[in-house]
Amino acid sequence: MPVQSLRGGDVWLRGLSAAGLLALWQAAAGLASAPQLLPGPAAVAAALARLVAGGQLPLDLAITLLRVAASFALALAAGAAIGIAMGRSRRVDALFDLWLVLGLNIPALVIIYLCYLWGGLTEAAAILAVALNKVPNTATILREGARAVDRELLQVADVLHLSAMRRLRQVYLPQLYPYLMAATRSGLSLIWKIVLVAEFVGRSNGVGFRLNLYFQFFDITNILAYSASFIAVVLAVEAWAIRPLERRLTRWRG
Amino acid sequence: MNTLEVAIRRKAYRHDGADIVALAGLDFTVPAGQFACILGPSGCGKTTLLSIIAGLDRAYDGSVRRAAGERRLGMVFQTPRLLPWLSVRENVRLALEPPPRGEGRAEELLREMQLGALIDAFPRQLSGGQQRRVALARAFVSDPDLLLLDEPFQSLDAPTAQHLRELLLTLWARRRPTILFVTHDLREALSLGDRVLFLSAGPGRLVLDLPLDLPRPRGPDSAAVEALRKRLLESYPDLLRGLAASAVAESAA
Repeated sequence: MPVQSLRGGDVWLRGLSAAGLLALWQAAAGLASAPQLLPGPAAVAAALARLVAGGQLPLDLAITLLRVAASFALALAAGAAIGIAMGRSRRVDALFDLWLVLGLNIPALVIIYLCYLWGGLTEAAAILAVALNKVPNTATILREGARAVDRELLQVADVLHLSAMRRLRQVYLPQLYPYLMAATRSGLSLIWKIVLVAEFVGRSNGVGFRLNLYFQFFDITNILAYSASFIAVVLAVEAWAIRPLERRLTRWRG
Repeated sequence: MNTLEVAIRRKAYRHDGADIVALAGLDFTVPAGQFACILGPSGCGKTTLLSIIAGLDRAYDGSVRRAAGERRLGMVFQTPRLLPWLSVRENVRLALEPPPRGEGRAEELLREMQLGALIDAFPRQLSGGQQRRVALARAFVSDPDLLLLDEPFQSLDAPTAQHLRELLLTLWARRRPTILFVTHDLREALSLGDRVLFLSAGPGRLVLDLPLDLPRPRGPDSAAVEALRKRLLESYPDLLRGLAASAVAESAA
């Protein structure tokens, strides 16, 4: 019962916080010397409705989302493989630790420029550039996970002579789920941002390209409208994909 | 027919640059279907011995031969080692190959072991005794020929432990797998086994091989077990600390 009421109060507080943010925005817009310098929430909402109705924003958003999905899948698969290999073997770790530190510290823009310079201004180069930015981070998180794997439970798998598939799915991977979820969370938030940079540097569609266009026209209203749609999508993915998945994977904790 | 032939010349661990010998000159065979208890003071290498027999530890000098045609190995560890993300049912089914599709052996055994109501619970929802019962079910469900148990009932209250011992004997009596039961509790060993192998303090060596022909059932507090225990401790006062090898040589002479 106390838990329930606490949650209720939580929702109420969050609503209040959102309303406060909108009010602050409205007040700041009122103080602006010219309305186009900081349009209020209503003006941005109207622009958003216009962009959605015109079909241009949904198309840009869809293209950007596809790039996010492709880069994310690539980065998670490669990063997890590298991280698990490093976490399992001290030798592999010693061999590639320096590479990982290097990878973590290369500025995103440098990777993007290099990928475009070597691969041309292509879709593949863009997706690769974004994925490469995320791989070291995923590898670092999964390395921790692989190091924390419980050897006693692996012995259970040995004694039961589990097939490689059952061992992986029922004994090994469940121990990595918290780390995979952490990599997913931090990965999406990183990739969202880097995709836009890759788009504005070398693509002629997508949210990043469009924002750059509006920037050149000094069109703050549309920049904010695009940002708002983008944030809405991120929140939706969190609420309807990531959180339910996490709940399912951690059901046993009760 | 011998199910199990153990001949370990030497097993050592590397620790801080020095070799620590865990087992040395340990030779015994266990006939099929025998319930053998292994008793020794803590640190005598009992757990190491079971790991070697289970094939979990291959870095030793010597040989372990298990019977040809042996089906599966069952093992119960010192802690239940259930997979926390699998339900009771899924934990037990893990020991079945191929993975069962519908209700079957796992459910049957769990109900028989009075775990029917908890079949879809997760391990963290169970008491310590219930978790150990599930671990026992997981070891028995594949109908193994050889069962290794490493102090499976320690740190349980006495009635729960006794209940589980009786359950173990019931399951054993049905199909008669060969059992190696490690314990440091002399009463427990005397009440369960067909035979007790006494190990010395580390490095573990066999110091006394005691066949038991007391009638079953015999509880750990029964008069027969108590009398035998007294007699043993009188003849070998240092038995529980791990006899010096020379003391056994003397008594054998």
